[in-house]
Amino acid sequence: MAEVLLKIEGIHKRFGGLHALNDVGLTINKGEIYGLIGPNGAGKTTLFNVLTGLYVPDEGSFTFDGKNLFQAKPHIVVESGIARTFQNIRLFAEMTALENVMVGRHIRSKAGALGAVLRDRRTREEERAIEAKAWELLEYVGITDVAEERARNLSYGHQRRLEIARALATEPKLLALDEPAAGMNPRETEELKELMSKIAKGGVTVLLIEHDVKLMMGLCDRIAVLDYGKKIAEGVPEEVRRNPKVIEAYLGAAHA
Amino acid sequence: MTKAQDSKKVGVFIASAIALCVLPFIVGGSLGNSWVRIVDFALLYVMLALGLNIVVGFAGLLDLGFIAFYAVGAYTYALLSSPHFGLHLPFYITIPLGALFAAFFGILLGTPVLRLKGDYLAIVTLGFGEIIRIFMNNLNAPVNITNGPQGINLIDPIHVAGVDLGTPISLFGLNLPPVYLYYYLFLVLTVIVVIMAWRLQHSRIGRAWVALREDQIAASAMGINIRNIKLLAFALGALSGGVAGGLFSAFQGFVSPESFSLLESIMILAMIVLGGMGNIAGVILGAVVLTIAPEILRDVIGPLQMKTMGRMLIDPENARMLLFGLAMVAMMLVRPEGMLPSKRRKAEFRDAKAAAAQKG
Repeated sequence: MAEVLLKIEGIHKRFGGLHALNDVGLTINKGEIYGLIGPNGAGKTTLFNVLTGLYVPDEGSFTFDGKNLFQAKPHIVVESGIARTFQNIRLFAEMTALENVMVGRHIRSKAGALGAVLRDRRTREEERAIEAKAWELLEYVGITDVAEERARNLSYGHQRRLEIARALATEPKLLALDEPAAGMNPRETEELKELMSKIAKGGVTVLLIEHDVKLMMGLCDRIAVLDYGKKIAEGVPEEVRRNPKVIEAYLGAAHA
Repeated sequence: MTKAQDSKKVGVFIASAIALCVLPFIVGGSLGNSWVRIVDFALLYVMLALGLNIVVGFAGLLDLGFIAFYAVGAYTYALLSSPHFGLHLPFYITIPLGALFAAFFGILLGTPVLRLKGDYLAIVTLGFGEIIRIFMNNLNAPVNITNGPQGINLIDPIHVAGVDLGTPISLFGLNLPPVYLYYYLFLVLTVIVVIMAWRLQHSRIGRAWVALREDQIAASAMGINIRNIKLLAFALGALSGGVAGGLFSAFQGFVSPESFSLLESIMILAMIVLGGMGNIAGVILGAVVLTIAPEILRDVIGPLQMKTMGRMLIDPENARMLLFGLAMVAMMLVRPEGMLPSKRRKAEFRDAKAAAAQKG
């Protein structure tokens, strides 16, 4: 039995009359690539926002790496080791690529206002370490050549990679990617797939939302399917693919 | 960097240091001591504008009540160094204390507005500024703390190492009136504030502020504690406002609530916007221009009307505000990013414009 990294149970999230997440539970094991699929509006991104602290769940339990993160603030979640990217890329557009990744080091560095003003040796050393780590991560995702460019001017594929580098800068145990392949051409998708495998091999667990079911089937160790705020299936890709509920959700009842 | 560039930099640095040191003599010698006084005020406004720039320019939180922190610093000094309570504490206690009080008030303001942004934040901060002023105006009963609208008089001048900055001294045969002495004190503190602001901007904290300004949700997803980083901006901005307030109090020898009106808050914000939000050099330029320009207008408008039309057509005070307003409008139309914008802000403006054009 693999070691459990993240476990949520009975998560409910309501927006007024909309029951966006209805009794959702899932378990992610250390080192796997875990996929989350479902039709539009199924609650995937809502679940993502709950897992990263941006939304506060109404009920349920949420433990990560032995820590209780139920209703925890985003910065606590990040500190505990969950980092994310966004469906509609949210880089700091006017900062350079390098600065974006340096912001990602925030939680793993300490210098406060006093250190900044006094520029003591520790602060200077930390600042150098932040920059060195940022360069390292840009290299890791393969975009060092645009390090000094403003994020806004980067190509779409580069922006996606930069967002991943920025998330990795927080030293996550779990990297949550919200539709990273959206809008990418087949070649870029293939490169991204390689990058994700590399990240997973490096010991970071990956949680992935994706529309591209084919990509998910080939990449993920396990997959969960959401529909109307409920988890309707979970398992290895082959199992999920044959699950009648999943076929119904995706293709309509006539095909089931 | 090459050696030639390095030595050029050192040259510019030494030249500007010398220029700043002899400035009061040049200004005082050619235009009189009242102009040295205006230069002193320009330095106070530079400190204020740099403080507000931390909140508005770096962290992107619109604050229309910044003058409140100036007031807190000024009143702290006034109450602790005047006959009002019979206390005469030295400046190295009162000014830091005023700065700390101001920072405390910064947090006091920051806490309830954590969830607000844009217009809503502006309105609440505006209200806060007014509340402080009204408090100063009314805290004379039942216990007389601030002496109400009459203000506090006979505030002690600053004594540095036994030298009373409030009385003229002569040094190497040079006669140095108080405005000269305060100039040097203000200059030293302004330089400290500039260095502080610059170092903060280029630090982990400064990056977190920019991240907050550009995208709060992404910033929180990077593990930045939004609450703390906002409060830090409010506190550090207020700190510098508090220092300027204490200096103002000692320099004037008198404070009253009138000095801390909404118009002052707006002026400081205008300095930042006109100079170039987020860019320290721009903010300094904005503060200097907006302190000096109205004074030049004051000296020019009256005599000019008398000369050209033979009589006063428009009251100089009104004409001054009119011209000033026109200049601001023109500036916002022609160069909305300010005189010396930061590269980043400039880009933000350009992108906003492009987005607006796309929407049609």
